[in-house]
Amino acid sequence: MNAAIVVFLKEVIENLRDRRTVMNALLVGPLLGPLLFAGLTSVMISRELDRGEKPIEVSVVGAENAPNLVEFLKQNGVRPKPPVDDPEARVRAQDEDMVLRIPASYGEAWRAGRTAQVELLYDSSQRDSATPVDRLRGLLQAYSGQNGAMRLMARGLSPAVASPLVVAARDQSTPQSRSALLFAMLPYFLILAAFMGGMYLAIDTTAGERERQSLEPLFVNPVARSRILAGKLAATVAFAMASLTLSLIAFGIAGGYIPTARIGMVLDFGPRFAAIALLVMLPLVLLASCLQTLIAAFAKSYREAQTYLSLLLLVPMLPSAMLAVLPLKAQGWMFAVPLLSQHLIVTRLVRAEAVTAAQLLLCLGCGIAAAAVSAWITARVYRSERLAISG
Amino acid sequence: MIEADDLHKSFGAVRAVAGVSFVARDGEITGLLGPNGAGKTTTLRMLYTLMTPDRGSVRVDGIDAARDADAVRRRLGVLPDARGLYKRLTARENIEYFARLQGLDAATTAARCERLIAALEMQDIAARRSEGFSQGQRVKTAIARALVHDPRNVILDEPTNGLDVMATRAMRRFLLGLRDEGRCVLFSSHIMQEVAALCDRIVVIAGGRVVAAGTADELRAQTGESNLEDAFVRVIGSDEGLAA
Repeated sequence: MNAAIVVFLKEVIENLRDRRTVMNALLVGPLLGPLLFAGLTSVMISRELDRGEKPIEVSVVGAENAPNLVEFLKQNGVRPKPPVDDPEARVRAQDEDMVLRIPASYGEAWRAGRTAQVELLYDSSQRDSATPVDRLRGLLQAYSGQNGAMRLMARGLSPAVASPLVVAARDQSTPQSRSALLFAMLPYFLILAAFMGGMYLAIDTTAGERERQSLEPLFVNPVARSRILAGKLAATVAFAMASLTLSLIAFGIAGGYIPTARIGMVLDFGPRFAAIALLVMLPLVLLASCLQTLIAAFAKSYREAQTYLSLLLLVPMLPSAMLAVLPLKAQGWMFAVPLLSQHLIVTRLVRAEAVTAAQLLLCLGCGIAAAAVSAWITARVYRSERLAISG
Repeated sequence: MIEADDLHKSFGAVRAVAGVSFVARDGEITGLLGPNGAGKTTTLRMLYTLMTPDRGSVRVDGIDAARDADAVRRRLGVLPDARGLYKRLTARENIEYFARLQGLDAATTAARCERLIAALEMQDIAARRSEGFSQGQRVKTAIARALVHDPRNVILDEPTNGLDVMATRAMRRFLLGLRDEGRCVLFSSHIMQEVAALCDRIVVIAGGRVVAAGTADELRAQTGESNLEDAFVRVIGSDEGLAA
């Protein structure tokens, strides 16, 4: 049997017997992403649904001053709540999202044909309240417009006289595009699963073996170190891909429970998505396994390696964070950058958008080239005399 | 047969080994005696090809280690200073792993494992995971995996380190057994009595150099001391780092 296969099999068996590795690599790593994603998506969808359907609950102070207005609001999906004391303080303390205050002078001004005033108290730093505030403001303006038009007609004028310009807003956003942040996170969850899946093996097979003083006896065998490295890398890649596969299956199952269709959003976690995602992630997994092994080879102990590799877990967050903050348009060159290209392609796939063969090939080609370079560097480090010597 | 010829090795400014030459013959036990820090481990590491000498050469059964390191490794059984086991594998699996890396087929692997497990009296631990093994059990497993390919030459770095009296005596009997099978046995030690009791030939190392070499009688004659331990102390110049 080829020595690399012997090393591979031994590393796989040994690590499958390690409960901590199995827990982290094959349970926490793959499931963390889908669970978070499903949770966040459900929250987002219920918010989307709130936009139009849910009644607005608002505390009304001085409702008796404007019974017609309050009646109008009730007919349009507002549920007035009893008045509260000191509404300013209550809004600031976030006890109330908003408060409508109708002053005692309202009726007098209304009857005299002057502009009557109502006050809408809210806190614009509260993102959560923005939607109901806008809806209530819209209703109040509609009431104003409706009565204004009636007053004009009563005086024999066309209502158009008072509104020379009207803005018709046509929002082109879709639930799909409004959830850009969510989609920006998705590739990170997949990459995280792959990184976490391989991390423990990368540490165990190099820094761990040296710390346990078994690397020196291993290197005394008549096997080229590059073969030993190949077996160890293969085991690391196998765990990372297993973790990724489990994650994709979990996404597939979770995807069925997310009621995306209700808000017209498309989320495609089907087998085709999973297959292309696995293919696209392969070069990244190779690259990550080499880098993780390389870093672990420099670390003096298991703990030190763990610290460095935990920091490495943050690196794949960069494109996610960048694309979430700066809504960059995808350029051709981006598909040549490992990490960024996986990010873009996975995002497109899950939104059921087209990925061209050229983009796919660029991603795979450059990813494999980067992985080959890092494998070569790791092999060089593996040849060094100092590698085997512990302490 | 293991031949070391004018070995040199430095780590930065530290000259760990500065001119070590000796021959370890088949059917003999050769002892490498020296105080701690004399360069024994570095010398052995060059012999078993973990390190490349800065100068000088290593030949095992006539094969130059610089030319064909793999052929040299196939002829060597090595118990290095680092003797860590894979604690999630059983003792037998630890041995089998090295057998496969040596390229042995399944039948040979099984037969050799049985023989070594019997010879080292480790039947009771063969199927146990090596986590929690005593020092003696660990050394037995490490020796079994080092000898699984039936090498003609055996190198052991401080083989009795950390062993209790019973295990030390068993180890010594085992080394004598290897010699009687006609193998070339080379071990290092800083314990004078152990070297005196076991070795056919003694190489005394101090400060990275060979300061004396020969049989026990030759060493006594060279130094004019009738006691071998006094002879060691005389050639090294001090008894610091040695143990009686």
